[in-house]
Amino acid sequence: MRYSILSLMRQAISGHRGWTPVWREAAPKGAYDVVIIGGGGHGLATAHYLAKVHGITNVAVVEKGWVGSGNAGRNTTIIRSNYLLPGNNPFYEWSMKLWEGLEQDLNYNAMVSQRGVLNLYHSDAQGDAYVRRGNAMRMHGVDAELLDAAAVRRMLPFLDFANARFPIQGGLLQRRGGTARHDAVVWGYARAASERGVDIIQNCEVTDFIRENGRIAGVQTTRGAIRTPKIGMAVAGNTSRVARMAGLKLPIESHVLQAFVSEAIKPFIPGVVTFGAGHFYLSQSDKGGLVFGGDLDGYNSYAQRGNLPTVEDVCEGGMSLIPALGRVRMLRSWGGVMDMSMDGSPIIDRTPIEGLYLNAGWCYGGFKATPASGWCFAHLLARDELHHVARAYRLDRFAGGHLLDEKGVGAQPNLH
Amino acid sequence: MRIQCPYCGERDLSEFAYHGDASFKRPDSDAPDAQARFFAEVYLRDNPAGPHEELWYHATGCRSWLRVRRNTRTHEILGVEFAKGDFAKHDVARPGTGS
Repeated sequence: MRYSILSLMRQAISGHRGWTPVWREAAPKGAYDVVIIGGGGHGLATAHYLAKVHGITNVAVVEKGWVGSGNAGRNTTIIRSNYLLPGNNPFYEWSMKLWEGLEQDLNYNAMVSQRGVLNLYHSDAQGDAYVRRGNAMRMHGVDAELLDAAAVRRMLPFLDFANARFPIQGGLLQRRGGTARHDAVVWGYARAASERGVDIIQNCEVTDFIRENGRIAGVQTTRGAIRTPKIGMAVAGNTSRVARMAGLKLPIESHVLQAFVSEAIKPFIPGVVTFGAGHFYLSQSDKGGLVFGGDLDGYNSYAQRGNLPTVEDVCEGGMSLIPALGRVRMLRSWGGVMDMSMDGSPIIDRTPIEGLYLNAGWCYGGFKATPASGWCFAHLLARDELHHVARAYRLDRFAGGHLLDEKGVGAQPNLH
Repeated sequence: MRIQCPYCGERDLSEFAYHGDASFKRPDSDAPDAQARFFAEVYLRDNPAGPHEELWYHATGCRSWLRVRRNTRTHEILGVEFAKGDFAKHDVARPGTGS
């Protein structure tokens, strides 16, 4: 069913009894051309672009829970492409361009809202670094604007400009950045892929890889064996666990990242703002809740929940930036399991096992990358070559020394 | 999460700094395959879901380095001991690197 104003009107006059399920429930067939492990945003986007761009529709997405039940449902929904490094910038900008056309492409309202992302700076040195980043972005054709303190004050008058320790000197603004509705992204990709013939198989956990003559021949799952010559892994958070079934040891640690939402209040903040002196970022959802987050807890974890010292640290960052936050109550907090790579950048590449492809290491930047990650992973699966905007995301870059370390902290995943 | 420091007793997580996987063993730099072994030690991780041996620094307590066995699925602390021997064996002690 195609969604439009006409379909909405037709349903309205017939009492909304004619809506059909958004995607087709599928049971596993015995064999597929491609099997994607992981029914999150990245896996479903991969399936969609495999079908749409490459014409490969005999595809299964196998998901151990329900689609979007992992990190796709546990992020802070921010989209942006304000990266410095030449290996990252074209990829995230391609993702931003796909976000801009996503709803038309999927015929699904993903609530993409380009309300602006503002990174504040609090010292001359940080201002210089942001000038450099803004220039790098503009040289790659990405929008960036440097604002002085007066311009920031006009946008967000409630920030603590007089903070004695971290006065706000200005900010780097990407107006095309913003937010999207995380669940709608998952459902939109699932629907679009399903309509092109992709089987989305939920409650189907991969328990082992089938290997014949040294290459991939399929997967064993809790719903039986599925044969396939090509497997794409998109299981960020659990990459090490799934890869271990194939005998791979990867440059990844799993860490917990917490996020928070306040009670709903009237419109307060128009876009996304980040504190430059600590790690704190904030936006407001369409329901009115303030959505915010900060650093990783810092220790390896698969628990999907964090501890209080990080809650305190995030709230202190928030209070330093926006004293008015003290009047708002925190409603909920949750944790997601981050695939922290050793240089803070992702991996989209082949593995040493023929037929097994890897999409991993998204650290805590996976949501904004969803469209381009799917696009580039589909390209890799279909053509067996790296997409040109994702050439830097090779698995062998760690051994070869071609690291992609935006933050420059080295092989310390808890610091990225 | 609270960690049972062998010197100070049970203390809150906020007193400790994390240094990560305790299995690091500095490879012999004169070995013929030293480059491959350094790569594996520096970059590759088992990253288990379950018991994990890791190093913690009691930064605002006794400043001891601790070897902690912890379940990464539940955050349950399964065992704690001084890591002194580890440093002599593995050469990982670089104060200030664990944040």
